[in-house]
Amino acid sequence: MQVHKYDVVIVGAGGAGMRAAIESGQRARTAVLTKLYPTRSHTGAAQGGMCAALANVEEDNWEWHTFDTVKGGDYLVDQDAAEVMAKEAIDAVLDLEKMGLPFNRTPEGRIDQRRFGGHTRDHGKAPVRRACYAADRTGHMILQTLYQNCVKHDVEFYNEFYVLDLLMVDEPGTRPDGTPFTQKRVAGVVSYELATGELHVFQAKSVVFATGGAGKVFKTTSNAHTLTGDGMAIAYRNGLPLEDMEFIQFHPTGLAGLGILLSEAARGEGGILRNADGERFMERYAPTIKDLAPRDIVARSMAEEVRQGRGCGPNKDYVLLDLTHLEPAHIDAKLPDITEFARTYLGVEPYTEPVPVFPTCHYVMGGIPTNIKAEVLQDNDTVVPGLYAAGEVACVSVHGSNRLGTNSLLDINVFGRRAGIYAAEYAATADFVDLPENGEAPTVEHIENLRSATGTERVAELRARLQDVMDADMQVFRTDESIRRALAEIESLRERYENVSVQDKGKRFNLDLLEGLELGYLLDMAEAMTVAALHRKESRGGHYREDYPDRDDANWMAHSMLYRDPDSEMEGVKGIRSETKPVVVTRYQPMERKY
Amino acid sequence: MSTTATEPAEGPSKVDLGAQGGGTGEIPSFDVTLKVRRYLPETSEDAYWDEWTVTMYGTDRVLDALHKVKWDIDGTLSFRRSCAHGVCGSDAMRINGRNRLACKTLLKDLDLSKPILVEPIKGLPVEKDLIVDMDPFFQSYREIMPFLINKGPEPTKERLQSAEERERFDDTTKCILCAACTSSCPVFWTDGQYFGPAAIVNAHRFIFDSRDDAGDMRLEILNDKEGVWRCRTTFNCSEACPRGIQVTKAIAEVKQAVLAGSF
Repeated sequence: MQVHKYDVVIVGAGGAGMRAAIESGQRARTAVLTKLYPTRSHTGAAQGGMCAALANVEEDNWEWHTFDTVKGGDYLVDQDAAEVMAKEAIDAVLDLEKMGLPFNRTPEGRIDQRRFGGHTRDHGKAPVRRACYAADRTGHMILQTLYQNCVKHDVEFYNEFYVLDLLMVDEPGTRPDGTPFTQKRVAGVVSYELATGELHVFQAKSVVFATGGAGKVFKTTSNAHTLTGDGMAIAYRNGLPLEDMEFIQFHPTGLAGLGILLSEAARGEGGILRNADGERFMERYAPTIKDLAPRDIVARSMAEEVRQGRGCGPNKDYVLLDLTHLEPAHIDAKLPDITEFARTYLGVEPYTEPVPVFPTCHYVMGGIPTNIKAEVLQDNDTVVPGLYAAGEVACVSVHGSNRLGTNSLLDINVFGRRAGIYAAEYAATADFVDLPENGEAPTVEHIENLRSATGTERVAELRARLQDVMDADMQVFRTDESIRRALAEIESLRERYENVSVQDKGKRFNLDLLEGLELGYLLDMAEAMTVAALHRKESRGGHYREDYPDRDDANWMAHSMLYRDPDSEMEGVKGIRSETKPVVVTRYQPMERKY
Repeated sequence: MSTTATEPAEGPSKVDLGAQGGGTGEIPSFDVTLKVRRYLPETSEDAYWDEWTVTMYGTDRVLDALHKVKWDIDGTLSFRRSCAHGVCGSDAMRINGRNRLACKTLLKDLDLSKPILVEPIKGLPVEKDLIVDMDPFFQSYREIMPFLINKGPEPTKERLQSAEERERFDDTTKCILCAACTSSCPVFWTDGQYFGPAAIVNAHRFIFDSRDDAGDMRLEILNDKEGVWRCRTTFNCSEACPRGIQVTKAIAEVKQAVLAGSF
């Protein structure tokens, strides 16, 4: 085992991690640990754009952007965080341009902007052109630009290093009112080098988690194979809470049967969703902004059309994204990648044929709770000194119960930057926390147990079963019955996981072993999502309960906070405790959400 | 302030879908035989071929077949992958002798009467099965200074760039650093010091960006004996690029820029 010492350790090298590294790397001795090579991160799969009220093509301002974000999130958004994000969006886009990002341009040479779901002029009057973009590969350009600037600033990467544990110590603390409590402090992380199988402990004054989402709990997902909720699960296992895990975004336009993302920009550029009758059904569900309604509403509308028997195809199980009324030259200029996906993977020519689409698991709104300085919270308001989180792994919460399109690329840039700055500032004055003695021992045991296990269960089979049940029972429509069915299966899979074994017993590039560890994270995340979904007896944003179809602000306008706690029980599951955290409301009182 | 040139067309509320609403019928299944070049250095110093036959479905790709083997038959089979739809660049490999992304190669487009040959990309040290050491590849990339260098004063808003100026380097911005091009290049196979197509593509992306002021420095680097002049225009790189970048053309443009002494 090797021990390394850095002021700041960043875990994850997607958009949030690298944006943090650019700031931190110039202020403090920084290492970035990433389970992939940085340019493989899933930020690169984002397509449509990054919203900022630049007002380059029409009147706009950051206050409208804040309002849209709050309303889009069905009023579960922390409004102080949304204000920060919408305000800093403008500089975030300009910073990327200065770093070299090749945005599409207006005839005047300014950054061009286009429409996107839920982004409106003057509090919902009409769609507004707010999304800054580079064709339909905006995420690719952001990831490349950030990596290029990490190279420029000589950021130190540890590629294919899987972080498997967070080292923290408990210290006695006293609250301002004099009551004692247990203060958690971060000491470092335990990491596994894929190439050698060796463990590395990184001691750090500041640790930034930027590990992305957990979309692989579902079968149909736009997420990469590697998005297995590692960071969230590691925090949760170490006694930190997870916030709002019931809120999962299903992107309306995944390629049918495959889940591969087709950007909302397709609708921003004029694309239309149609049912088997050829009807533009969004006119019925969102009369004002139609196909550009927020994703939760469009995804549910699509699923409802299919349930009503108006789906397309031999099994009537998808709807169509129609671009055929757009000029091929316009499609080539603005949507080249997604039209190629349709051609490559479904053999459909979008110039002349509508594309089969169905909702696909896309984004986890919940995550590790943070404040607007990206500091991780160990309860509703106590900061863990030195621990930061940004991007999809975090819940700040700017997305509330439903994220607006483009706001994730914005989130990673705004809060990634903040995490990098604050982590470095903290490290400048803080001391190292002593590493706990044998802090790596649980990880060693965990790995060796799995490597030497002889059980009869197979990782792939359990994972497939989990993904099937999540697709069937935890997707856009949920009921008490469906969620309980999913939960029962998850609990059974957790038991079977105890009897799992892997075939590759080696040290070098043992991805078989890592997939086994990732399955453990997936099971933890699925359990948290399901228990939280069962608990929340209302419908809000991405969480739709058919047995409680209305939003219930009187009882449920609060964030969910789940804790691992051996002494508690929640919804019949032992070892989980549920609390709530108030929503920060600054200027917008909840209103009915209509589009 | 002005609107952009093209206002998107508004589509009709209802259309007659004809046959398009009906879909294409049942998804066919078929058997495929994968023949994979194995190298497990902890077990044996020698590489060997392994072969499996698996049942796959209509839209499945080579990556799905590799997963089927790894997940159902032999967990030791090792390869990199992440996004699984051709944007992350993890799974470049030689499939039937051509460099391709496994996640973008549909099985039905291959000749399934014969085994599908799968090997690691060439010219980089093999670590295990289909996994190669990517560090030399990224080192060449770093050497061409792959970041915007602008020597002017920092503007308060964005730098202006016309749509035409932006279009000039559009093709080379698509690179995902998968190494399919570089590891298809016969010069790179025999001379590991050669920068290789991907590094030149990424130099091109900045040399022809109107906002960049360091083109001359990059051209000087690429005028080196291991630079653009090693290119023999075999076009393997252009054929290999999963993003459709005209790699050989980009290299030719860099050569011309070196000769012209400006760009």
